[in-house]
Amino acid sequence: METILTINNLTKKFGYLTAVKDLSFTINKGNVYGILGPNGSGKSTTLGIVLNVVNKTQGSFHWFDGKTTTHDALKKVGAIIERPNFYPYMSAYQNLRLVCKIKDVDYSKIDEKLEIVGLLDRKDHKFKTYSLGMKQRLAIASALLNDPEILILDEPTNGLDPQGIHQIRSLIKQIASQGTTILLASHLLDEVEKVCSHVVVLRKGVKLYSGPVEEMISSHGFFELKSNKHDELISLLETDSKFGNIKVENGLVTAFLNEPMDATEFNTYMFNKGIILSHLVKRKESLEEQFLQLTDKLN
Amino acid sequence: MLRLINLELQKLLLNRASKVLIFISFILPFTVLVLSSIKINFFGFFTLELGELGIFNFPIIWHITTFFAAQFKFFFAIVVVSMIGNEYSNKTIKQNLIDGLSKKEFILSKFYTIVFFSLLATALIGVSSLLIGLYYSSYTEVAIIVRETDFLLAYFVKLVGFFSLCLYFGMLVKRSAFALGFLFVLFILENIILGLITWQFNYDLAEKIQNYFPLKSMYKLIDQPFQRIVMTKFPDKQEIAYDYAVHWYEIVIVIAWTALFVFLSYRLLKKRDL
Repeated sequence: METILTINNLTKKFGYLTAVKDLSFTINKGNVYGILGPNGSGKSTTLGIVLNVVNKTQGSFHWFDGKTTTHDALKKVGAIIERPNFYPYMSAYQNLRLVCKIKDVDYSKIDEKLEIVGLLDRKDHKFKTYSLGMKQRLAIASALLNDPEILILDEPTNGLDPQGIHQIRSLIKQIASQGTTILLASHLLDEVEKVCSHVVVLRKGVKLYSGPVEEMISSHGFFELKSNKHDELISLLETDSKFGNIKVENGLVTAFLNEPMDATEFNTYMFNKGIILSHLVKRKESLEEQFLQLTDKLN
Repeated sequence: MLRLINLELQKLLLNRASKVLIFISFILPFTVLVLSSIKINFFGFFTLELGELGIFNFPIIWHITTFFAAQFKFFFAIVVVSMIGNEYSNKTIKQNLIDGLSKKEFILSKFYTIVFFSLLATALIGVSSLLIGLYYSSYTEVAIIVRETDFLLAYFVKLVGFFSLCLYFGMLVKRSAFALGFLFVLFILENIILGLITWQFNYDLAEKIQNYFPLKSMYKLIDQPFQRIVMTKFPDKQEIAYDYAVHWYEIVIVIAWTALFVFLSYRLLKKRDL
C-alpha cells in the first residue's frame, strides 16, 4: 500500500514540556485517519511538525517516498490548521490566487473549488467580511486547490454554529467519498467516529493506540438490560463468567461481555432461567467510551 | 525568482496602506526634485531658482539628488516592516509555509522585493537627475556626466542595506511599530557607543569604529553635500575640504551588513516555531 506520511520516533520539547514523545505512525493512501486526544495532547504540534511550521526536537518524518523536500511535498498536501488564515484585505478569489502561485496551480481551479464549498457568489468580497463558517469553508477550498493527495484538518469545526458544523462535516464526508486520504485531528469524538476508518490516540504526547477504529480495544460489546426481576438478573450475571463488569444506572443494567454472544442466544438463556427481559439492546462501545477506557487505563 | 517577487507584489499592491506608502516613497522625492528644479517666483519680490546655485551641475547633481532622495527611504521602511508584521498578525506566514512555500523562499520573496523597489527607486532618481542635469548643467560632456554616477550605486546599496535591516527587525519583533522603534534604539545605541569610545580614547578613533556600524555605514555611503556646495562657491577655503567620494570599502561594509541581516532573518525564521 502506498504510504503518504511516515513518522518515526518524533519528539518535540518546548523547554521542559514534552509536547510529543517518541511518536511513530504511518498514513496510508485511501484511508481516513483521525488523531484523537484531549486538549494539549500534542495533536496540533504533531501536525505543525509535519507541515514545516514547528521544528522537531528529535526523530524524523518523511512525506511520500521520502525523496522530495518537505516544502515541495506540501504542494501536494492540503491543510487547515486551527483558524483560517488569509489576508483580510484581499477577496476570496485574490487569496486563492496567491495560494495558486505558491502551489504552482492553475487559476482555473479557483472557481471550481469555490463552487464546491458554496462561496462562488461571494468570491469578490473581502475576506474580512466573511463569517467564521465562510472563512472555514474558504480554507477548505484553499486546501483543495491542488487536488491534494491528503487533506489535513485540525479541529475544522471549532467555534462554528451547528449549521456550520453540519456544512463542514458533510463537505468532509463528500471529499472522503471521492477517495482522498484525510487526516482529521479533533477532540470531538463523534466527529471522528462518523468519518474515520483509522485512529491514532494521543495523550500527553504519547501514542496510546494506532490502527483501525474497530480494533481499538478488544471488546465484545455489552448488553443493556431491564427486567422486572431486577435483583435476580444481577446476581445471575455476576455469577456468570461470560460477563465482566456489571453496571446499574437508573434501573438500567449494563453487562459487558467477556466473550462473544449474540442477543438471541442471551435472550434464550435468560428465558430458560425464568427471567423475562423488558429491555434488551446489544451495543458496541462508542468511540467516546472506547477512548475514555483507553485513556483511563493509564491513569 | 519572478514567482517570488510576483507573490510579494500581490500581497503589497492589494493592500491600500502599503500601496499609498509605496506611492509616496516614490513620488515624494521625485516631486521635491522637480519642484526644486523649477523657477519659483515669490509674488514678484524675488525669484528662487536653485538651479542657479550650480547644484544641478554635473557631476555634483548625482551627489545632491541621491543624498536628498535617500531621506525619503523611511516611507518604504514602513512598508518593509509592515509586510513582515502583517504576515505575523494575520498568521499568513504560517499558512504560506503550510501551502508549500519554504522558509528560504519566504525570506527571499521579501528580499527580492526590497531589491526590486530599490532598483526602481534608483532608476527613477537616475533618470530624473539626468534630465534635470541636462537642462541646467553648464557642462554636458559625456565624460563629466558619467563621472560620479557611482553615487547611484551607493544609493542603491544604501537602500537595500537599510531595508534589509528593517526586514531583520521586522522578523525579530514581529510587530511593525516595535520594529521601527528598534531602528531608533539602534540609532541611539550607535551614538552612545560613539560617545563612550570618544570618552575613553578620542573622537577620531571612535568615528573610525562607528563607520563600521550598520546605520552609520549606510549613512557614510553618501556624505552630506552641503560642505561641497559651499566649496564650489569658495574653492580657496581649504579648511572645509572633506572626503565625500564613494569608496569601495564603504560599499563592501554595507553589502556585508545586508548579507548578514538577510541571513539572520532566515536563521531566525528557521529556528522559530510558528
